[in-house]
Formats: sequence, structure tokens, C-alpha cells
Amino acid sequence: MQTPKTIIQKIWEQHVVQHEQGKPDLLYIDLHLVHEVTSPQAFEGLRMNGRTVRQPNLTFATMDHNVPTRERHIIKDQVSKTQMDTLKHNCQEFGITLADIHHPDNGIVHVIGPELGLTQPGKTIVCGDSHTSTHGAFGALAFGIGTSEVEHVLATQTLWQAPPKTLNVKVNGELGTGVTAKDLILAIIGKYGVQFGTGYVMEYTGTAIRALSMEERMTVCNMSIEAGARAGLITPDETTFEYLRGRRHVPQGEAFEEAVAKWRELATDEGATYDAVVEIEAAEVEPQVTWGTNPGMCIPITANVPSPTEAVKTSKKDEITRALEYMGLEAGQPISSVKIDHVFIGSCTNSRLSDLRKAAEVIRGRKVSHAVTAIVVPGSFSIKLAAEKEGLDVVFKDAGFEWREAGCSMCLAMNDDILSPGDRCASTSNRNFEGRQGNGARTHLVSPEMAAAAAVAGHFVDVRQFTAQEVG
Amino acid sequence: MEPLRTHKGLVCPLNRTNVDTDQIIPKQFLKRIERSGFGQFLFYHWRFDDNGNPRPDFPLNDAKYKDASILVAGENFGCGSSREHAPWAVQDFGFKVIIAPSYADIFKNNCVKNGILAIQASEEQVQAIMEKAESEGYTLTVNLEEQVVYDHEGLEVKFDIAPYPKQMLLNGWDEIGVTLTYEEKINHYELVHQQP
Ligand code: SF4
Repeated sequence: MQTPKTIIQKIWEQHVVQHEQGKPDLLYIDLHLVHEVTSPQAFEGLRMNGRTVRQPNLTFATMDHNVPTRERHIIKDQVSKTQMDTLKHNCQEFGITLADIHHPDNGIVHVIGPELGLTQPGKTIVCGDSHTSTHGAFGALAFGIGTSEVEHVLATQTLWQAPPKTLNVKVNGELGTGVTAKDLILAIIGKYGVQFGTGYVMEYTGTAIRALSMEERMTVCNMSIEAGARAGLITPDETTFEYLRGRRHVPQGEAFEEAVAKWRELATDEGATYDAVVEIEAAEVEPQVTWGTNPGMCIPITANVPSPTEAVKTSKKDEITRALEYMGLEAGQPISSVKIDHVFIGSCTNSRLSDLRKAAEVIRGRKVSHAVTAIVVPGSFSIKLAAEKEGLDVVFKDAGFEWREAGCSMCLAMNDDILSPGDRCASTSNRNFEGRQGNGARTHLVSPEMAAAAAVAGHFVDVRQFTAQEVG
Repeated sequence: MEPLRTHKGLVCPLNRTNVDTDQIIPKQFLKRIERSGFGQFLFYHWRFDDNGNPRPDFPLNDAKYKDASILVAGENFGCGSSREHAPWAVQDFGFKVIIAPSYADIFKNNCVKNGILAIQASEEQVQAIMEKAESEGYTLTVNLEEQVVYDHEGLEVKFDIAPYPKQMLLNGWDEIGVTLTYEEKINHYELVHQQP
């Protein structure tokens, strides 16, 4: 009998081009996603060395980080414009399909890959962006790379990679009512820290993971990198196949059924072992709010902001002290007492149709607090259209939200959507690093439902109680 | 890429953990389309206040570290975004070697591609070096071939590095050039797997 294997090992073995003792493996890359920020120097490198793109057909580009979300055609920042124009020229020169700013397929790279069916089980997928881990939700081995590696993949369609260690993140039981995939992944990182995945590829398993929709799975896998893991994936199942059926780039008709049969074989074998395992009880997870300056600094909405005295190591004490100072919080204060002035619903973590629907449900018939500026930025052009078809835009606008065009927007504030020093934002994105949403701005990561509730209340509230109240 | 065999340089301590790439090079500086010129923006918001004046308490602004080429930092250095602008900034500022208890995977990879040696040492060793680096003119010598770092006061740190990145750094190879010598293999893979 063959040794049982994990899905990670299976995908790996299917992609080894060259294996030599004492060297990384040369791995074939099935899909290379490209965006404007991390690619210009890579294309320039090709030009300087007289090289071409080996597989333009396996390469797909979009513009997302810099794009304006108010008026599409007005790019005030000339440097941003240059970066987008550069991508356009590069794609023309090297024959790469580009969903530019006015294209109906445009959107955040990790949102449109799955939407178009480019993301498929069993593929190796890379992008010059750390949240490439998102695509792992489909049972793909997907990870972020630097610009030198982008150039390497463009030129050779391969990468040198040392086989990763494997980590099973097992989530038992069921998530409670009002508790989301975002809360789950934040709770995992809160419990095990921002480093526990370093050197590993994670596989999320367990009943709570199986119960998640594709969009929720993407939210979980998206934040694998915040735990240090370059990739996190989930064995594909009926939920995956149903999501993919009929999408533009997947095989159609009978060929699709054949593909599904192949994808089923990817599942981790009974008895396969991992290099490490962590386990979480889903029922114990509560809605989360980050209080500090990395995603591991998060607590349940019912808890108080921690104090440096709770830490054992000096370096940890210092870190908490610094974070409290930056965030302008008092040790021991209830997180629900923290007032906000901005809400951002968007990013490759939480900007999909189901995220917008859930946030809209929370605010339907309510009003955004007068102290709060709230914006919704759909993940892609097609999500925006679909949401408008359902009237979600009206729900948001009636409540006092701004309804914007698609893009990364205030997730990293490279466009005009930027906060001022001292601003405090409830954000559905994935990073609460210092200055992420603007120099001196303070970011609290939450789920779309929690962000919507906070927009109305003007401070953090437990969405489980909030939604139980009458709309009044 | 320039080969890196031995290096002797002044040490600058950065006593912070989980330093993310958003701090190493903030997003407003990612819009350039060149590879060079990022050093001036390294740790921008830690180095400069809101009016663009240097913050006197930040080590990189301390005159005694002006010519430092070895950066010592806390665990999980380079976490977060994959932006290679981070190692470009570190290098352009003048650093050739980093020493820390641990690194984020993508950052570490990006360092190798740019000829920066990211040495992993134990937390105690890193602390010891940080303390020594408080004094003026503290230098370390790095010998990559021998995988050792030492000073002239008897400190010696042996470090691990995988053979492949070691060779890359020692020889300053152009990795794409190396890979293209395997073109036959790639052709074969594509034939078997019916890639276009
Ligand atoms: S939405 Fe944010 S995290 Fe996602 S790709 Fe854009 S900038 Fe990166």
C-alpha cells in the first residue's frame, strides 16, 4: 500500500520539474497573477536581459492597489498613474491578459481569480502579493512571492522551492450564531500568534471548516499569512465544485465532471500525518476585535484590552506597551468602550457578495452614527453589479454608508482612501500594522457584521446582541 | 548580484519584535517603478516625525550607527506584505547582513535574491549582540563560507543556512540564468502535462 499523503504533498509531487538531493525542488507554476505594484521591476528585469514571458496564457494581470474608488477615470496621483500605465504597457509588450481599470473583470486580484474560475483545485498559484494564500480555499497550493520571484516565474514558469513542513489546523464542532469565518481565523492567530505558521503550509480541517461556504473559506485562507504561513489550504469538496461549476475558465460540460473526478483524488488520505497539529473548538470562538498593531493582538468583544503586566518576556511587555501607546488605548479598558470614527468594509478578506449581504442585514433600517464615516468597497466590478442588482447599495446608502468602486482602497491606503493621524477605524481587512490605513491611523480588524454594528453604534458592540435588538 | 563571502561591519541594534514590511517601507513609497532609491524611505515613520524631522531616539538616526552595515533585530523580522521593496530599502540604506532570532518566510527569500544575508541566531545571542552594539563602534565579522559571526571580544555565533541559498549568496548567481539551464526539463514537464 502507498503511504498516505496530505493534499499538500500530492500537489507538490505533481509539480516537481526537477528534484536533486540537497537542493530545493524546481516547481512548475500553473497560474501567475500579476498586479501593478510588485511587477514593474520584474518586467524591467526581463527587458534588460532580453528575456520573454514563457507562458503568457498562464499569466493574468489586474490593477487593484492604486485604483481610485470614487471616479474611476480621475487618478490624481501621477505616480500611481505611472505605475498603472506601466502595467498596461508591460502586458501589451509581453502578451498578457489584463483586466485594467475599466474592464468588467477588474477587481482585487484575490477576488477575481476565483470569480473567473482561474483558481482551481490542485493548481500551483503565485502572485507578488502575500495574500495569495486566499486561493488555497479551493485546494490549490497558492503563495505570495517577491518581485525577483515574479521575474523568475515570468521567465521560466517555475520556482525553486524547498518542500514545506505541513501543519494541520483542525477546527472541531460548529461556530456559534453571529460568529464568522473572520472571527475564527482571528481567534486562531490570537491563540497561537503571528509566527506559528512560519515555515509551514497549513491545511484547515475539521467539521467547522467543512461547514464553511467558499467565500468564508477564502476569508480563512486569506489570513494564513498573518499566522506566518505562506500558504493555507482546504481539501476541495462539493461546496468547492458547485462554486466552480460554469465559471468562465473551468472546463465545461463533461470535461468539468472529469476535472471534478481528478480534484476529488487530491483529498488528504486517511492516516496521513503532518509535521504539526493545532486544534480549536469552534464553539469557543466569540466575535473578535483586534486591539493592537498586529493581527495576533486580538480579543473577544466581551474582553478587556490587555496589560503589559500580563506578559512574561520583556520583549512582549515592550511590544504591548508600544501597541497600546500607538493605538491610544488604556490597559484593562473594555474593548466595547472604544469609540470609532471610520468604518471600512472591503479588502480581499471580506469584500465578497456574501460579506456585503451580511453587513447589509445588520444595518438595514438603521443609521450610521453621526460620528462615523463609513465606506463599502466591493472586491470586484462584478460584485458591485451583483450587489446593486439586489439593492444592497441602497441599503448601505440609506444607512449613511458611501458606496464605492472596486479596489484595495483603504486596506492599505495607496489610493486616495487614506485616514489621518489619530483616526480610528473598524476595518474588515487583514492588517492592523502601524500606519497601514494612513500614517498614525488606528486600525481594528473585525468581521463585516461587527464593522456594520460598530458603524451604527459608534463604538464596538457585540453583534450577537446588537442584531437581537429591535430596529428603532 | 554581488557575491557575499565575508563581511566586516558596524552593527546597528533595532530592539523590536515582529517588525513588519509596512514599517520597513511604508506603502506611499511603493509606487516607484525602479529597483533603486528606496533606502531614503527605510523605516520612514519610525525615523521621521510628521514634519519630516528625524526622531532622535530612533537608532538609525544615531550618529554612531551612521555607517552601520549589519542590522540586529527581534523575532519575526519582515512579517506581513511580500513587497521586495523592503529588502531593497534595507540594502540601499547600506545593510548587507541582518541578524535576528527568526524571519518571515517571504522576506527571508527576498533577501537571498538580493544578496542580503539574513542570519538566524538564538534569542540570547541576539540579545547579547544588541547589548554590545550599544557601545560606540561595535563591529562584527561574518564569514559565510564557515557560517560564523564573531567580534574581537570573543563572541562567536555559528549559524545554519541551507546549501542552496548559501551557494546563491557566495556566488552572487543570477537565478533565472541557472534555471534556464534546466529548460529541457521544463519543456518535458509541459509536454507531459499538456501545457500550451
Ligand atoms: S485588499 Fe489589501 S491585502 Fe488584499 S491584495 Fe489588496 S492591499 Fe493586499
